[in-house]
Amino acid sequence: MNKPELIQGNQACAMAAVAAGCRFFGGYPITPSTGIAEQMVRMLPDAGGVFVQMEDEIASLAAVIGASLAGSKAMTATSGPGFSLMQEHIGYAVMAEVPCVIVNVMRGGPSTGRPTAPSQGDVMQARWGTHGDHPAIVLAPSSVGEVYQLTVRAFNLAERLRTPVIVLYDEIIGHTRESVVLPDSVEIIDRQHPDIDPELFRPKAAEGGVPPMPAFGDGYRFHVTGLTHDERGFPTEDAGLTGELMARLNGKVDDHDQEIIEVEEFMLDDAEIAIFAYGIVGRSAREAVQQARDLGIKAGLIRPLTLWPFPDRQVAAVAEQVDTIIVAEMNLGQMIREVERASGGRTEIVGHLRADGEPITPSQLLAELTNHKKAVQ
Amino acid sequence: MTDVKSYLREWAMPHVLCPGCAHGVVLRSFLVAVDQLQLDQDKVAMVAGIGCSSRLVGYADFCTLHGTHGRAPAFATGLKLARPELSVVVVTGDGDGLAIGANHLIHAARRNIDITVILLNNSIYGMTGGQVAPTTPEGAFASTAPSGNTEGSFDACNLLIGAGASFVARVMAATPIEMTKVMAEGVSHPGFSFIEVISDCPEYFGRYNKTGGGADMLTSLTLRDEGVAVPLSSKRFVNHVPNSAPPPGMPTGVLRREIKPVFVGIRKVTNDES
Repeated sequence: MNKPELIQGNQACAMAAVAAGCRFFGGYPITPSTGIAEQMVRMLPDAGGVFVQMEDEIASLAAVIGASLAGSKAMTATSGPGFSLMQEHIGYAVMAEVPCVIVNVMRGGPSTGRPTAPSQGDVMQARWGTHGDHPAIVLAPSSVGEVYQLTVRAFNLAERLRTPVIVLYDEIIGHTRESVVLPDSVEIIDRQHPDIDPELFRPKAAEGGVPPMPAFGDGYRFHVTGLTHDERGFPTEDAGLTGELMARLNGKVDDHDQEIIEVEEFMLDDAEIAIFAYGIVGRSAREAVQQARDLGIKAGLIRPLTLWPFPDRQVAAVAEQVDTIIVAEMNLGQMIREVERASGGRTEIVGHLRADGEPITPSQLLAELTNHKKAVQ
Repeated sequence: MTDVKSYLREWAMPHVLCPGCAHGVVLRSFLVAVDQLQLDQDKVAMVAGIGCSSRLVGYADFCTLHGTHGRAPAFATGLKLARPELSVVVVTGDGDGLAIGANHLIHAARRNIDITVILLNNSIYGMTGGQVAPTTPEGAFASTAPSGNTEGSFDACNLLIGAGASFVARVMAATPIEMTKVMAEGVSHPGFSFIEVISDCPEYFGRYNKTGGGADMLTSLTLRDEGVAVPLSSKRFVNHVPNSAPPPGMPTGVLRREIKPVFVGIRKVTNDES
């Protein structure tokens, strides 16, 4: 067992990436994510990897995709405006099925906004930011330790499903130092390599939904494109083939959603009122629930570690049970719409929202729980 | 004559190019260069952006990456850094490489990463239907310049020399043997190599500017005046615009060749490599 170490969130992200097998990082400086790049440049050379600072965030994700096609596990990290610039290539990675990890350390927006202030304003952009119908996997850690765990998980999901995976946390988690006991080893999943004769290889033929993926230079010569394509990877305008590709790309995530979704449930068993919170707000919510219990209020917490795919089933079950769900998020109301949709009118939904650059505190949420419990009684 | 069929994906034909377009000649010249250099077909990667020129990579039987508009040098950078043994060749156009992707192109040149960029310059956006490009000469007509282009244009080779490219050359699509020779030199050059190919677009540039069909346009590319080749197409419409300056000379051949440290990313360099 390792000793506890005092680690910053961004540092934990880089350490986890290297532990998960990441051997390429391409990035561009932007607050508050820059610490990840600064850590990667120190760690990657000794791990046998390569670091490059690109000319912008568009190029950063392009380089990551290029490196992944060359067989490396690859990652980039950014914030706010840089995440906007990466949307083009998030879509490309979805369409071309290139595994990669994108970390977005959220800051205040819109535009350049508040670079050093926390926010959860990018949760919908992480889902819908790139154009067209596409799947999304977005993981939301709430502590430095969870940044480590979920960054490893992001690589494993990306490699297994050949799709980009986004790790989404905020400025507070990125810059906070916490005592963490790092694992001796982590589970590592690698992309499946084809074993077929290269002459017979069809790069997008997928029996189980996820096609095997050789690297450029492995002896398989194939075409990669962001255009709608057939099993040979070549552009097509056939409606049937387009429909099949769209169904398969989205099915890779939709059909595995219960494996991908992770939710923490705290004191929910007999709860009459629940808080839905994620990321850093999840920690304030947990404290508020604990304090409410001390006051005799039957409060509970549902905290998704997976934001997308959205935990519909889990939220519906809570909605069935409690009188009120308080959705606490550091934006003006983004995931609350999903909670309302998943709840289907079965319970009252109340928002505790702020987008002023300040975190949501336990006392604010305790007051919210106390007020609503009184109102219900 | 070299048979290049073994380097082509015949199953992917027919191609998307228009009659009279010289882009296919450019691809053939490149494939002949690959054959002459005896490159391992499995270790050649072609990377392209968006546009007519970028579609060429789909017909070449290598590992081929058809990326996003203008970003090919950035994809190629990741590819080359992660797998240095690959010969990485970017195929781009004047809109792809000099407008939306100019930033990526000049930074790849500045780093001196060991890739080759072949930029097919036809002075117009072909795939989207003939819009004005950063290479369209002043006075020329395009669908988005119905009264004649009023913007200045890039000299791609001068731009790349300014950006620090260690190998810069210009060739005409009308001279395939010279193209092959320059492409072979560019691919063999240690470091960033840039080759501008002056190609044609009879379908849009030709029709809008009445420069004739593909054969006329290509013939005009071979006209030379004291070692300086000037595409007839640019002469013609420039002459039509009162008070406009004549086009700058377009010298061909290798314009810059310099040996300097090659960028390999930030990595641990082992003794065998250094």
